[in-house]
Amino acid sequence: MNKIVYLDNSATTRCLDDVVVAMSDALQNCYGNPSSMHSMGLEAERLLKTSRKTIAEALRVGEHEIFFTSGGTEANNWAIWGSAYQRKGRGRHVITTGIEHASVLKSFQRLAEDGFKVSFLQVNEEGIVDERQLEDILTNESIFISIMSVNNETGTIQSISKLVKIIRSKTPNALIHVDAIQCFGKIEIYPRELDVDLLSISAHKIHGPKGIGALYIRKGVLIKPFLIGGEQEACYRAGTENVPGIVGLGAAVAAAKKELTANKKKLELLKERIINGLSEVGGAHINGPVNAQQAAPHIVNMWFEGIHRGEVLLHSLEVEGIYVSTGSACHSRREEASHVLKELGLTGEAFTGAIRVSLSHLNQEEEIDYFLHKLKEVVSELRELAG
Amino acid sequence: MRKVLLIRYGEISLKGKNRHQFENRLMQNMKGSIGDLAPRRIELAYGRMYIPILDDAEAVIERVKKVFGIVSVSVASVSKLDLDAICSVALKQLNDITGGGSFKVETQRPNKNFPLKSPQVSREAGGYLLEKTEGWSVDVHHPDVVVNIELRSEGAYVYTEKIPCLGGLPVGTTGRGLLLLSGGIDSPVAGWMGMKRGLEIIGLHFYSFPFTSERSKEKVIDLAQKISTYGGPIKLYINHFTEIQKAIRKHCPEQYYVTIMRRMMFRIADTICGQAQAKAILTGESLGQVASQTLESMAVINEVTKIPVLRPLITFDKLEIIEYAKKIDTYELSILPYEDCCTIFVPKHPAIRPKLGPVQEAEQALDIEKLIAESLEKTEVLELSPR
Repeated sequence: MNKIVYLDNSATTRCLDDVVVAMSDALQNCYGNPSSMHSMGLEAERLLKTSRKTIAEALRVGEHEIFFTSGGTEANNWAIWGSAYQRKGRGRHVITTGIEHASVLKSFQRLAEDGFKVSFLQVNEEGIVDERQLEDILTNESIFISIMSVNNETGTIQSISKLVKIIRSKTPNALIHVDAIQCFGKIEIYPRELDVDLLSISAHKIHGPKGIGALYIRKGVLIKPFLIGGEQEACYRAGTENVPGIVGLGAAVAAAKKELTANKKKLELLKERIINGLSEVGGAHINGPVNAQQAAPHIVNMWFEGIHRGEVLLHSLEVEGIYVSTGSACHSRREEASHVLKELGLTGEAFTGAIRVSLSHLNQEEEIDYFLHKLKEVVSELRELAG
Repeated sequence: MRKVLLIRYGEISLKGKNRHQFENRLMQNMKGSIGDLAPRRIELAYGRMYIPILDDAEAVIERVKKVFGIVSVSVASVSKLDLDAICSVALKQLNDITGGGSFKVETQRPNKNFPLKSPQVSREAGGYLLEKTEGWSVDVHHPDVVVNIELRSEGAYVYTEKIPCLGGLPVGTTGRGLLLLSGGIDSPVAGWMGMKRGLEIIGLHFYSFPFTSERSKEKVIDLAQKISTYGGPIKLYINHFTEIQKAIRKHCPEQYYVTIMRRMMFRIADTICGQAQAKAILTGESLGQVASQTLESMAVINEVTKIPVLRPLITFDKLEIIEYAKKIDTYELSILPYEDCCTIFVPKHPAIRPKLGPVQEAEQALDIEKLIAESLEKTEVLELSPR
């Protein structure tokens, strides 16, 4: 198996060469602790500063509004608990959607155990949040809302600005968090323009390293610290900074920002190629958004008539050197059905037979053609075996 | 003070002329089990074995407890052959037990040169212990603790605790068996039981990638490694079975899939037994558990081999098997969810009481020799050791 066509870029991505070079330089040559008083500490601190600035510019926010975390999960956990516990004096109602990532859903479940009233918004068959339901459940008691901008399994894009307007008009007390982990670096997202208070990003979804992410916290917004015990990140997030990780995040963000328009165009092109190609496979269907404006350019969730186990299709493609996923990566390991596809109301083969193809701008058209070619072969063989 | 682990092995000492062979094998297996600890000489005398304990009592006991053929072990302090010395060692042992209670002293005197007879030693030592301790009384009928004194030519062994072990026969003394290892709960237990009766086990796994995942193969490897802690390194054959399954699926009637599949498995096992000089096939089958585990099915499946098929779990209930799996520590591995995600090959209505004639007829659609030869060519062999 020599050829590798990696189409699982929403699970994680390969580090860019620039990222690896910057990180290994930091690991080998700039290993001081940013908190140390000597010059080696200062040198490390400068790296943090540069990276923070890069990210702030990419999000069009202030440097002091960026806080480094150990990744997307910590950013989400922190945003949710930090907000809810900070604001619990003003109300006990918190809101999210049913299609969030587990790091959000489980955090809300924990809040429910702690006595908060939790509402989960429903979505339609394309994964789009029900605005009317949101309007109906908002009260003065609502203190926190978390909504993902791009869904990791279906690629559904929420109309965040529309939802924010509804929230702001109904309640003055609520903090708004956006999980932008699948969106940032691929689609323009600017928290100030959207008028949101918190926003999570992660490095390894945009060709950066694993184990590093950041949380945007709007200036003036107070949330409770999550990790305590040190004065790092303005006393907001204790723990010696992951300097090489932060450098890697900075390098990945710089590259993503620079090429955002070109990359997006490339992704759209590749996705279009897939969608056109699927019609030749026959009996192929797409889960999630139909309207291109509500569909992220890098995620296609698909299923095929006669194929009822997504993982068998996944492994059959793997034999050909093609890597995709079923549902979301963590789910398929536990063999649990995807809660996202369930929320979309999918059943039967659309539900159990779905695979997700997720693209990177590093993918090539030839790779897509190879994928489509093999997909057609594999699907027809599996159909034949299934009889 | 010198300490030894005293090893008792019951059944072997009954085995007449084979006794030496059994003892040698037990010695060898014990050496293997503690091979990575500091080197030491295991002694054999009068139907017992003695392992010197350095400062690693716990590690030695933990390893030796897993060696089949041993009935029980005791940590014994070794004293000079002198009554005063023996008494003070016994006192220390009793003092190490907190709480007090009743005790009695039991003496054995294989060394007839010792001036006092057994009852005298017990009496003297008992009197001494009673006088020197608080909270202990003598009870010769139902004591809480028995202080054992063994008078041997090389010294006196004093111990209070008997740790029960697994019993059985030393692995390797009754031959070699090929275990069909699926990755489920049953087969590791069946292998363990074969080992308990002295079989050296080699494993055979049928791998159906892409219909099962690579993680399920990893799991089987982990399981084989786990059972190797009971009998030393294990050879694991991984047979690529997919093409056979596909051929069955394409050419044979649905109700016989399972029967024919099992017959193919047994044919492969038969060949590997020949290559590896194994004299039995072991399976984790339990009567009536699934369609292939009825008497009729077993008869039709067995028909392809002359090698004895041992089914140690044949009369066990699932819950009993689970209990064993927990005891031998394979359960947690077995229930990892990477098992067969393959439903393509499981018919809705398998033949529960297949007859040989129609099955043989159905098999004529297959080029059995070719299929088996090709799959044997793709068989990997792994050597797995406990650590």
